[in-house]
Amino acid sequence: MLVVHANVVNMVSASWDGLNYSHRQLQSKEPNVATSTSLIMQASFCVLPSRELLVVTSQKGIQIYESDGSIMVYWHALDTPETPTAQAVFARGISAVRDNYICVGVSSGSILVFDIPSKGSNITLSEVLEEHKESVTDMASECSGSQECIADMVSADDGGNLCVWKAGEEFQILNKIPGFDMTCSSVKLWKGTIAAGYGTGQIRLYEAVTGILHVEINAHARWIYSLDIAPFAGLLLSAAEDSLVRVWHMSLTPETNSVEVAHLHNECVTDTQICGARFCDDDGCAFAVTGYDLSEIIRYTQT
Amino acid sequence: MSTRTLPLRLREGITPEDGLWTERDRRRVLSDVVGTMFSKTFMDELFKPQTLYSHRTMKTVMSRLAHASIMRLNPASMDRLFELMLMAFKYQVFLCPRPKDLLLISHNHLDSIRDLVQDRPAVQNQVHETQRRLIETYTCLPPGELQLLRQTLLIFFQDYHIRMSVFMQSRVQNMNGRFVLGTTGPVPHGAEVPGLIRTLDCRGREVQRCQFPTGGAYTSAVREGSFDISGDRVLKLGTNIESQSREDTTPDTPNSISRRQCLAHLLLNYIPVTVWRQTECGPNPLAKEELNLLSRLMGTLQSESEPRPGPEKGFRINLFPSDREEDEADAEESWSGVINIQAMKVTPIRAEARVKARHCRWTGKRLIQLNCDIS
Repeated sequence: MLVVHANVVNMVSASWDGLNYSHRQLQSKEPNVATSTSLIMQASFCVLPSRELLVVTSQKGIQIYESDGSIMVYWHALDTPETPTAQAVFARGISAVRDNYICVGVSSGSILVFDIPSKGSNITLSEVLEEHKESVTDMASECSGSQECIADMVSADDGGNLCVWKAGEEFQILNKIPGFDMTCSSVKLWKGTIAAGYGTGQIRLYEAVTGILHVEINAHARWIYSLDIAPFAGLLLSAAEDSLVRVWHMSLTPETNSVEVAHLHNECVTDTQICGARFCDDDGCAFAVTGYDLSEIIRYTQT
Repeated sequence: MSTRTLPLRLREGITPEDGLWTERDRRRVLSDVVGTMFSKTFMDELFKPQTLYSHRTMKTVMSRLAHASIMRLNPASMDRLFELMLMAFKYQVFLCPRPKDLLLISHNHLDSIRDLVQDRPAVQNQVHETQRRLIETYTCLPPGELQLLRQTLLIFFQDYHIRMSVFMQSRVQNMNGRFVLGTTGPVPHGAEVPGLIRTLDCRGREVQRCQFPTGGAYTSAVREGSFDISGDRVLKLGTNIESQSREDTTPDTPNSISRRQCLAHLLLNYIPVTVWRQTECGPNPLAKEELNLLSRLMGTLQSESEPRPGPEKGFRINLFPSDREEDEADAEESWSGVINIQAMKVTPIRAEARVKARHCRWTGKRLIQLNCDIS
């Protein structure tokens, strides 16, 4: 579990029952940066078949560590101008894709595709995808398993636009779903269905390859910060600035090509704008929540 | 920008014969500070894209602004004032319903400042010009960029939980220093009331709709406030905090401006203007040079190390008359007047590492609360 606080990443490991935990901190280290350290935008564990890496994005660039945070294996510097410009420069949106790729979004709208070897630090920038015209906000993928999937990755931007990708030596764009001038702040991919959360508090479920809108939920009263999916159970978790976390159940019926969503549960973290929410396992038996100004990780468990 | 953050209790009814604070002095301080803050040169510098100041730098700049006139604050009082202003602005940014409403908060601040200097048309024009620049620079920004701006401001305020009596009396702040975040009231403009799930077919036709329990009591959005130079802002954040708390029970109370709260009002406005422009935050080794530049731009002729003004009477603000350090400072200097301002500050609560367990409502299982000491 990772919690970002300014320029520090807090790494917390907890046992299955949540009774035992360990905690360490990772200070953002940016080579060749003589002046101030920059803020961390995101931190994410990227799970590939051969290895697990920790990716940290900031305003200066992208850092990739071994999963315990002990060694930095790769550093990619962004093209930051010498004098600050009106448009901020940063990296945001992290996703492990297929067997050997890690993709990271950039404020310009570009997506950097890194080729990851099964071990060692010989990471290379394989490709730069230029489809988004606005800052990338989030990215997600599926199909690291054996199931045949058409879409490998989805990316979202500040305009609410979604791009659907097929991974490979050259990534191919399968579909572009236009937004409605509202930031898509969080996106997830599950069985060919995109779950997208927006700054207006809405959640939309799209069929990735066709762009068909299946479900629209007026889910939250404020900006949605985080979505997560427990893939084995078909559970969707949404968290927003309105202090509420909601659990939903998604069901797909391939015969009728329909998608349905049912609301399961709410939790209110009193007086807290929730910034992150994640299932602790693929079955959705537990989930954890973090918030602004909150120095705690709150873990909820199911019977 | 904001204002009404600090319940200044400037003594009223003091006659010129007392040799103490007069209405004329008050107006002079107002126009001096506003005139300095909104000077074209200074605003040109502020509107350049730049890194966010550190807390220390921000406090120093605000201290120099506060001393742009005949009024003086000792370091302890300045510290208190800074903390109070920081918490007030944090309150406004935290509760800001949607990113674009940050601009409405700014407009509320600037509207109030313009009213404060009504008797000085030249100074009022400076404020008007700044407001125009604000509109030109920020109104067209998309929600994502404004949210990034808001998040950067929130990082600046992170971990500050100073309790303020005006907030606690109004029940907008808890005993632990956190602001109350309600789950009722109108949704932001452009959002829908939560509670509805719509299922559509392949052709976009609605085939099912159902409601779900939201755990809140939200209502439809109210009309959007004006982003023009003047107009009804609708949003109350950024207006007089005391009158805002009264409006909870008397919604038709007009937005009156109290001259007694002018100083914090003006100085609080400075924070948002300077933090607007960039998303970076961190200690800046060039801070001293920045401060010197800002001093020159503000036209502040006197640094803190220079002797106090001679023939012209000055005023020292004492925020905590009961503090020993204030009494000792009093004994050292002979001033013509000391203005007592009630500013309640409570020791901030610090987060400590601990593990708590409480019952989880999700199927009634135990909930583990992991408290991470984030230093």
